[in-house]
Amino acid sequence: MKRNPLRLLKATLLSGALAIGATATSAQQQEELRIGFLAPTTGIFAQIGKDMVDGFQMYLDEVKSDFGGVKVRLIVEDEQGKPDTAVTKVRKLILQDKVHMFVGGLLASTGYALAPESTSNKTVYVVSVAAADDLTQRDLPKYPYLIRTSWTSSQPHHPFGQWACEQGYKKIVAIGADYAFGYEVVGGFQRGFEACGGQIVQKIWPPLGTKDFGPYIPTIKADADAIFSLMVGPMALQFPKQLAAAGNKKPVLGGGTSYDEFVLPAMGDEVIGHVSPLQYSAALDNPKNAAFVKTYRTKYGKVPSYYSESNYTSAQMIHAVIKANNGKFPGPEAFVKQLNALKVDTIRGPVVIDEMRNPVQNIYIKKVEKKKMFGYEKDELWNTVIKTYPNVNQFGQFKKDEFLATPVYDRNYPPCKFC
Amino acid sequence: MTPMLRSQPAKVLIVIVALALVAVIVPNTNSFVLLLATRALAFAILVMSLDILLGYTGLASLGQAAYLGVGAYLTAILATRYQFGLGWDFWIVLALGILGSAALAAVFGLLAIRATGTYFLMITLALGQCVWGLAYRWNSVTGGDNGINLRQRPKFGIDLSNEVTFFYLVFTLFALSLLAMYVLVRSPFGRSLMGIREQELRMKILGYNTWLHKYIAFIIAGAFGGLSGVLWAHTAGIVSPENVVLTTSVDALLMAVLGGAGTLVGGVIGSFIVFGLREYLSTLVPWWQYVLGAVYVLTILYLPTGLMGIPERIWQRRSTTERKAEGPKKLATAPS
Repeated sequence: MKRNPLRLLKATLLSGALAIGATATSAQQQEELRIGFLAPTTGIFAQIGKDMVDGFQMYLDEVKSDFGGVKVRLIVEDEQGKPDTAVTKVRKLILQDKVHMFVGGLLASTGYALAPESTSNKTVYVVSVAAADDLTQRDLPKYPYLIRTSWTSSQPHHPFGQWACEQGYKKIVAIGADYAFGYEVVGGFQRGFEACGGQIVQKIWPPLGTKDFGPYIPTIKADADAIFSLMVGPMALQFPKQLAAAGNKKPVLGGGTSYDEFVLPAMGDEVIGHVSPLQYSAALDNPKNAAFVKTYRTKYGKVPSYYSESNYTSAQMIHAVIKANNGKFPGPEAFVKQLNALKVDTIRGPVVIDEMRNPVQNIYIKKVEKKKMFGYEKDELWNTVIKTYPNVNQFGQFKKDEFLATPVYDRNYPPCKFC
Repeated sequence: MTPMLRSQPAKVLIVIVALALVAVIVPNTNSFVLLLATRALAFAILVMSLDILLGYTGLASLGQAAYLGVGAYLTAILATRYQFGLGWDFWIVLALGILGSAALAAVFGLLAIRATGTYFLMITLALGQCVWGLAYRWNSVTGGDNGINLRQRPKFGIDLSNEVTFFYLVFTLFALSLLAMYVLVRSPFGRSLMGIREQELRMKILGYNTWLHKYIAFIIAGAFGGLSGVLWAHTAGIVSPENVVLTTSVDALLMAVLGGAGTLVGGVIGSFIVFGLREYLSTLVPWWQYVLGAVYVLTILYLPTGLMGIPERIWQRRSTTERKAEGPKKLATAPS
């Protein structure tokens, strides 16, 4: 990315332009758009980090790093999955590289750590993954230069709760990883499900990184109609296996990351029939997504996950804004404003950004099926879309003001009234 | 490389010159280097505090991050909830952080000091994880996994939000800590700690209350850990369970061993090297982890006394005849 030949080439081109006598000063100042990108490229989240970088890079490659006449320089920094490393690295990006904006941040905790840096340094932060609800809800006024292009943790789960009602489920047991993301996912599902008459009859919180669910599975209440689980990483692989081994006959629902394309290829047939919601599925049956999946798979050797798609789309949205400004960065305030007003047709469907700077987008209810897709020869697991909730915002079926008046989802909120 | 350089005053002089150079050069480098140096210095206090246990008392602790955590969380909670510690009262917070950590060490010490060697390692590990569990799960106070953002630095006449000013504050407190710990390990108390490290039984027979010595050393180490934590909270701007997790304790231990346990300044060198590789080299190349790994492996294989053992080795080679009874300091407990 910062090899010498490139720099030499750039210098040659620039001097060439100067020799011709093109508008010297403005061309020089705006010769490149510097985008800082924070992803965990080492440590336990390194593979997710790779998906993030690959997604963004793939878009840049497609447009040859040219955003409406300006050359994009992507500077990737390793945030190592640790909030304070992320802060150090973002300060490096701002102070040393003088980036126009920074993108990325995987974990909710990283998102919360990065957001104040955007405020204090007046630098745009495009949140392309971190899903912490409050970044674009109760804490939004603190972060005027923050805008999200991905999702809030609870966003897909509000309609999913309603979907569970429509399936006739009355009582559901929720089991979720014991940390902020887990609370927001389970909380969103509970609010959606109980608003239409369902009952969450039990909540179980195994610690993040649990590999042996032996102590938890037998405690699941026998009279429940279904199980809702929110697992991340290795937990997502272990839980369905052990649940099946324990002889479970109940339908299994999952949170957004329980069956995303990042974990799905490593899963076995025991997850067939499990249902989960998200704003993206690699099995979306439209030509745009088919082309995306095929190109991505040829290039990087795997099916794109929502991490790839989200960053690809973020690059696309940034491109749209810069292009509208003829390749100039319009300044942080204007950039956020224009990105906010954008209406884009993305791989995941139409996306607009609401007044609290979080996307309004389709939420797909997806069922894991084993089948052939996009002309690939082998039978593989795919997240087949069985229902689409169009244009879902972060408050879902609830009123914004009432929603914001309640506290952020927590281990004990919403309270478990039917436990 | 004359034998004169081996005398204690000369060594002290070298350290003072090196510190002076850091104080002069670092603020004139770019702001990212300044930030990293501040982080390394704040963390170095923790590494030195661990060295009192590891290098001087012969107790390898795997729970030192807990004290950093107490100092850091105390600072962050007081500042964000009660707006306390953002003016002159910063010094009160500093004192509270030190006392709080010392108090925690006093409790943990009762449980841990009974054991030695691997058992001490295991107990401190377990106690450290208790603090981590608390930080991680006590959401209403610690913010759980998300941690606490602390982006307001104290102002009292001087404005610490200026990075250079803040660097000098951390630097001063670091230098004072180094001095205090140096005086401590050279004092009769420090000498008896080293006696315990070498031959605890003999010290007992000589009439020393070795338990009490170790207990006090443990509390002092905890107190400096707390100081490090208060500074860390303001340096990093975020306090999260990541700061008290086992890896942070292991990092501190590795830094101490890398630089040379039982030397105090060795830990500082270790801290600078690890921060340099992990946070500076990682901005340049993606394979920084291999370099870090190689440094660790090579040090353990070829320099069991750490980087601080290098001059000693050179002297050793140059004048084998000169060496007499006073041999190189041996590392009492190397973590396996």
